[in-house]
Amino acid sequence: MDALGSNAKRLELSQVKQTLKKEQRRLQLRRFLSNKLMLTGSIIIVLITAFALVGPYLVSYDPYEMDPVKRLQPPGAEHLLGTDNFGRDLLTRIVYGARVSIGVGFSVALISAAAGMVIGLYSGYYRALDQVLMRICDGLMAIPGILLAIALVAALGPMTENVIIALGIVFIPYVARIVRSATLVVREETYIEAMKAQGASATRIIWMHIAPNTLSPLVVQATFIFADAIITEAALSFLGAGVPTPDPSWGNILYDGKLVIFKAWWMTVFPGILIILTVMGLNFAGDGIRDMVDPHSSLSFKRKKKK
Amino acid sequence: MNLYLVKRILALIPVLFVVSVVIFLIIHITPGDPASVILGESATAQDVEALRQQLGLDLPIYQQYMNWITDVLRGDLGESYFMKESVSEAIFSHLQPTLSLAILAQIIALLIAIPLGITAALRRGTAADQTVMGFSLLGMAIPSFLLALFLILLVGVKLQWLPVAGYKPLEAGLWNHLKYLILPAVSLGAIQSALITRMTRSSMLEVLNMNYMKAARSKGVKDRQLIYKHALRNAFLPILTVIGQTFGGLVTGAVVTETIFNIPGIGQLIINSVERRDYEVIQGVVLFVTCVYVFINLIVDILYGVIDPRVRLERK
Repeated sequence: MDALGSNAKRLELSQVKQTLKKEQRRLQLRRFLSNKLMLTGSIIIVLITAFALVGPYLVSYDPYEMDPVKRLQPPGAEHLLGTDNFGRDLLTRIVYGARVSIGVGFSVALISAAAGMVIGLYSGYYRALDQVLMRICDGLMAIPGILLAIALVAALGPMTENVIIALGIVFIPYVARIVRSATLVVREETYIEAMKAQGASATRIIWMHIAPNTLSPLVVQATFIFADAIITEAALSFLGAGVPTPDPSWGNILYDGKLVIFKAWWMTVFPGILIILTVMGLNFAGDGIRDMVDPHSSLSFKRKKKK
Repeated sequence: MNLYLVKRILALIPVLFVVSVVIFLIIHITPGDPASVILGESATAQDVEALRQQLGLDLPIYQQYMNWITDVLRGDLGESYFMKESVSEAIFSHLQPTLSLAILAQIIALLIAIPLGITAALRRGTAADQTVMGFSLLGMAIPSFLLALFLILLVGVKLQWLPVAGYKPLEAGLWNHLKYLILPAVSLGAIQSALITRMTRSSMLEVLNMNYMKAARSKGVKDRQLIYKHALRNAFLPILTVIGQTFGGLVTGAVVTETIFNIPGIGQLIINSVERRDYEVIQGVVLFVTCVYVFINLIVDILYGVIDPRVRLERK
């Protein structure tokens, strides 16, 4: 009788839990949908990612195949967005360029988030380390981003991998600073003191208890870096100091387009619009995530722009 | 105030030290040997070795840094490998166009941003506010070089109002000077204004809700004076910070914009040096621009106290 009763109770409890979970999920969904910035941003990002992933299978041209006879054809039935100054199909170049540009942006965001997190956590936790690491970050942040990137790519050699490394180094301090300030707040909490009193190791405290609390500002910052990295890569490639030709990237296409800007507006306008759309989508998403995780910052004010 | 100033300047020393080490290391991790770059492929191993010794490249790396930094502190940034001039001469001969461009762009940015920001704040929630904020969001997503390209397409190619490439120094007459700078300056300034507009708006909104604003209004202070003297002056600190930051952004944004409009400034100097692998120049220019950026932010910090007496008191 007693066992049956407790069984029934347990059943009831799990049902309640389930409804609560459902409720919670519905609320989260509603919050997501009512967050217009977040919604618009996510839709744009999903569409452009789909464009980059699926696009190459839908276009019928080769991004490298030149056809001198068909140079600089305006947008039309045969070439939807026209051809470039080597007679390559522009739509195809833009689709493959999306893979390069977004790929570079994403890798940079990932690298700087990972490295910045480690640096930020340890310099926030160990005061002695803080002095050294933050002075280095200050120094790196004082050098204007694009100049640092140009110098690094010039030194490492013009390769896509090196562009990613260079931009990663440029953006690491911006993550490290934010993770550090979050760490400084969390490490003063009572539960960290309790962990220490129980004899938890520093590694355990840092990674199991502090790190999760720094994740939301980290994600917001990484989203903005994603956007900034796409802009900076485009600027570098546009200067001829980024992704090497003939690989397509949005910046490279703009570089070719600049040479023929008086004859072929389409080579500037189409990749340009895609860059703007992608960056806007990411900025919206970043602002949206921030509003979601931190309702106090209703002024969704972006950090300074580094160009 | 003076103690604060001294502290603030002393704090720059570690930053500038790190900057110099980073820039030095970047240039010296380069795989290619500068000596063989200078002499070309036909040089014998002996010649290369001799030049390495002459340039001090055979010394241990910390000694090379010490030699370089002592020269830098004396104001000697080294010699260009390819141009027959020193790096400092090269920088100064390319400085005027960049400076003109940056100043003009900053003026344009402020002319756009301050009135728009104030209007948006005063008409919060109206269509005017939303339009301004919409444009500001758009502006933050457009890189300035892209706006430059679009402006060339629109104004230079379609309308043909202004020249789209080249540069005339100030000595050629003010209008001639400005004519070539308008398009690049607008493309830079308009983008910078996006951020300043947002800051002006949010900073004004904060001040407008203060009690002293209500007090001034009930005393019968005229609207104009209320906005510019009572509100704007108090709202100006955060705006000034952003202006300082965007000025640094302007100098570097100029790098890309200059190459588009073919303006012979610092930007073109560094791009040409990258193409020629003229590492002394790259090193010198990056160091110089960084120092300018750091000092602009220092000046902004000092200006705080001048504009807002509250900061002056706090620091004491």
